[in-house]
Amino acid sequence: MKKRIFSLLLFVGVLTAANAQSEKYVKAMQDKVAAIDTLRNPQMLLDLSAAFERIADAEKTQWQPYYYASLAQVSAAFSRGNGNLKPEIADPVADKAEALLSKAEALAKDNSEIFVLKKMIANLRMLADPMNRYMTYGAQGAQALQTAKTLNPENPRTFLLEAEDKYFTPEQFGGSKEEARRLFEAALKKYDAFKPATPLDPIWGRPTAQYFLSQLK
Amino acid sequence: MSAFLLLLLVQTVRLHAQTIVSGTIKDSKGQPVAGASIAIKDSYDGATADSSGAFRFATTEKGERVLVVSALGYKSVEQKLMLGTSIPPLAFSLKEEINEMKAVVITAGTFEASDKKRATVLNSIDIVTTASANADVTGAIKTLPGAQQVGESEGLFVRGGTAAETRTFIDGTLVNNFFYTSVPNVAQRGRFSPFIFKGTVFSAGGYSALYGQALSSALILESIDLPKRSSGSIGLSPISVSAGMQKLAANQRSSWGVNYGYTNVQLAFALLGTKPDFFHIPQFHTGDANYRTKVGKSGMLKYYGYFSQNVTGLRNPSLDTLGYKEAFDLTNFNMYHNLSYRDNLGARWKINTGASFSVNRDDIAANLQDAANRPAVVTNFEFKNFGLKTHGIYVNAKAVVERRLKGLSALRFGGEYNYSDDRLNYTLYNGNTYPNYVTEHTKALFAEGDVYLTNSLAAKLGTRLEHSSLLDKVNVAPRVSLAYKVGKESQASLAYGIFYQSPERRYLPPAADLTFAKATHYIAQYQKLTSLTTFRAEAFYKKYDHLLKTALVDNRETATGNGGAGYAKGFEIFWRDKKLIKNFDYWVSYSFLDTRRDFLNYPYQIEPSFAARHTANLVVKKFITGLKTQFNANYQFATGRPYYNIQYDNATNKFGIFDQGRTPDFNSLSLSVNYLPNVFKKGGSQMTVLVLSVTNVLGSRQVFGYNYAYNGLRKEAIVPPTKTFVFIGAFISFGIDRTQDVINSNL
Repeated sequence: MKKRIFSLLLFVGVLTAANAQSEKYVKAMQDKVAAIDTLRNPQMLLDLSAAFERIADAEKTQWQPYYYASLAQVSAAFSRGNGNLKPEIADPVADKAEALLSKAEALAKDNSEIFVLKKMIANLRMLADPMNRYMTYGAQGAQALQTAKTLNPENPRTFLLEAEDKYFTPEQFGGSKEEARRLFEAALKKYDAFKPATPLDPIWGRPTAQYFLSQLK
Repeated sequence: MSAFLLLLLVQTVRLHAQTIVSGTIKDSKGQPVAGASIAIKDSYDGATADSSGAFRFATTEKGERVLVVSALGYKSVEQKLMLGTSIPPLAFSLKEEINEMKAVVITAGTFEASDKKRATVLNSIDIVTTASANADVTGAIKTLPGAQQVGESEGLFVRGGTAAETRTFIDGTLVNNFFYTSVPNVAQRGRFSPFIFKGTVFSAGGYSALYGQALSSALILESIDLPKRSSGSIGLSPISVSAGMQKLAANQRSSWGVNYGYTNVQLAFALLGTKPDFFHIPQFHTGDANYRTKVGKSGMLKYYGYFSQNVTGLRNPSLDTLGYKEAFDLTNFNMYHNLSYRDNLGARWKINTGASFSVNRDDIAANLQDAANRPAVVTNFEFKNFGLKTHGIYVNAKAVVERRLKGLSALRFGGEYNYSDDRLNYTLYNGNTYPNYVTEHTKALFAEGDVYLTNSLAAKLGTRLEHSSLLDKVNVAPRVSLAYKVGKESQASLAYGIFYQSPERRYLPPAADLTFAKATHYIAQYQKLTSLTTFRAEAFYKKYDHLLKTALVDNRETATGNGGAGYAKGFEIFWRDKKLIKNFDYWVSYSFLDTRRDFLNYPYQIEPSFAARHTANLVVKKFITGLKTQFNANYQFATGRPYYNIQYDNATNKFGIFDQGRTPDFNSLSLSVNYLPNVFKKGGSQMTVLVLSVTNVLGSRQVFGYNYAYNGLRKEAIVPPTKTFVFIGAFISFGIDRTQDVINSNL
């Protein structure tokens, strides 16, 4: 009997430990995931990326921290770039982001969010030298975005990225502020309806869509 | 009780006690590594280094743990730590990792034009938008330093070398008959479209041991892999029509494509007027087909096949027999097949293999014609009436194995086999035939090592061993190049190498035993590259030995030995800038060349007729987004070249110079306009490009040399067939895959 109680106690103990770990993971992630939508300082984004990477490497089985580590790298490059991206700056960042994202992909195959980020990485490479890289990375990005849509037609971030493309492309190259507005509005609708699979899954992007819409009003 | 509480409190404090980990991270030169990441392995705890390389964080982890320090471009460092006790500040020194982005690139002598390398100088779009190039690969290469503006014959004349001293390689294998068959005094184009290549390397000297049988220069072309998507294309112009398609398999692992084109320059020649009388207007049928497929995880198998049939016939007034004309009529058939395969064998091994097979047939008829254009045989000039039929079969195969070593260092080795089978039949006016038949097997072995000592210093060491069955001789050609990074964006390189080449087919079979012609290259280069500008300056010295000498044997210029020699020295400057003005791109190149040689029928060392002392190019491109139009201009200048009347002196049984001079300076201004009416349009899977190009807009008189009468009493300037050339065309390409449209319209 004593033995049994002991076993039970041990079992409960183990269970609590496992739970505690997961709680620790969720707690560590929550505020960082929220920060993705608000942080715009490149240095702080890189710190955030490093923090996500540490969590990812420690957990080993969660795709989200690798995904966010990659996303924060890309966001840092964009917020630093200010349209002055150069290949020698953009490429190492894109390489690093790609390495992190492929670790995420190994843990979560056919995930729409991962393809959204692939599109962003292709954009990063393209913007570093648009004249010469449009043919390669423009096509690569379009393909990634298409896959993201196929995998989840309700993913608001695919609409957001498409809208940004329309917004930033000059009119004579097929850009259109009017279409961009329509797409930002469509994105907002999708954000309203979007339910992440877990609380730590990506939900970012709404403030960006709202910001661009305010610019277009 | 209170003691118990105290104990509990101490216990709790101990349980939650945090250890502070702090320190600094520097590189091997003592500079802080900002942004380095510090992490306790298998925990969430860690930090990133600030701009002074300092870091500090608290951790609740206990016991012996591993601290990992990593940073982009550096090797990671691990250190064991005993957590729970206080830790004095740590100091880490990171070693630079040798990587492609930072490492020095060996560039002496070479211009690389591809998308994958950072050191891009020209890419395929640059080639088709260079105004003077008329979408010919070598036309664009001629705007780079080192290449001469030779207009009377095809090919690249590099740093005092003849066109035959430049060899072209597609996917590693040697291409015979890269250009259309020579027509007297009319430069021919390259056979292959620039659109089939993704990368172009133009080496003006000092190139790798992987390439041989070229004394001066190597033009290395790499064909594209799988296309991004299926597409079709149509080209229309008053002188040509073309159509093609590329189909990408649904699983995106293979593709096939076919293209056909027909060119007939009748209308252009009729409108522009030509100096020679073309009784057979140049007409070309070309067709090609390709198949590309991925094999396994990392293998790529590519086939490319090409066929062409063309005719040209022209006559010029004879300088020897007044009232008569000299006619030249050519029919050419050529086919070329290239099969290549590359694969990674495990993490460190790579193989690159290729084989090509080609057939070339020329049928030439030359004769004197009277005023009514009837063939005529004139006493003492009977030799001007002849027929020449050639039939060549060429096989080239090559295998290169690469073993990656530490960092970027690598070892490459392999072999090459080249077979040529040339049959020639010469028919005199009287029906006598003089057939000859020459075959050659050239076998080569080569090995080369890339040694990266640091990110700043790299060396390439190689050797090539060749055996020619024709000469029954072996040569050993060592090649060395060094590159040293002198600043963040600048580097200095040195190259040295020995290059051998077998005698040119046209002077064979020989009248005496021959050996390889030899060139020794010494090159020093300085280069400064930023993402939008390129500056390079290069100085070279080239020494020629054992150059082929010829004599007239049975009225035919025949190889008689290797008694020739010579040198070439000079310097070159290249500057390209894309940042001065937005959407404005220009480059300038300048070459100085001092060269003399004694070869073929030259009586002694003279400045060769294909070498100008000063050559300069200015290429300008401006895209105006509002007009959806790109404007390109190109100005080419070269100082006059020497010309000679070299005749066989029957009195001395030697060649002698009977007249000489220097041509006027060469000037050419070319313009082209590309209009893209629906560039990047929504749903725009169709892309139209309208092209207008005009070469030698100003109509400058260009003299490439002189033709002499047999007795030397008359000479006539060699000029291009048309003074200016105008090309108008429309090229439409459309994606067959319209999924993108569907998504866009269903939104």
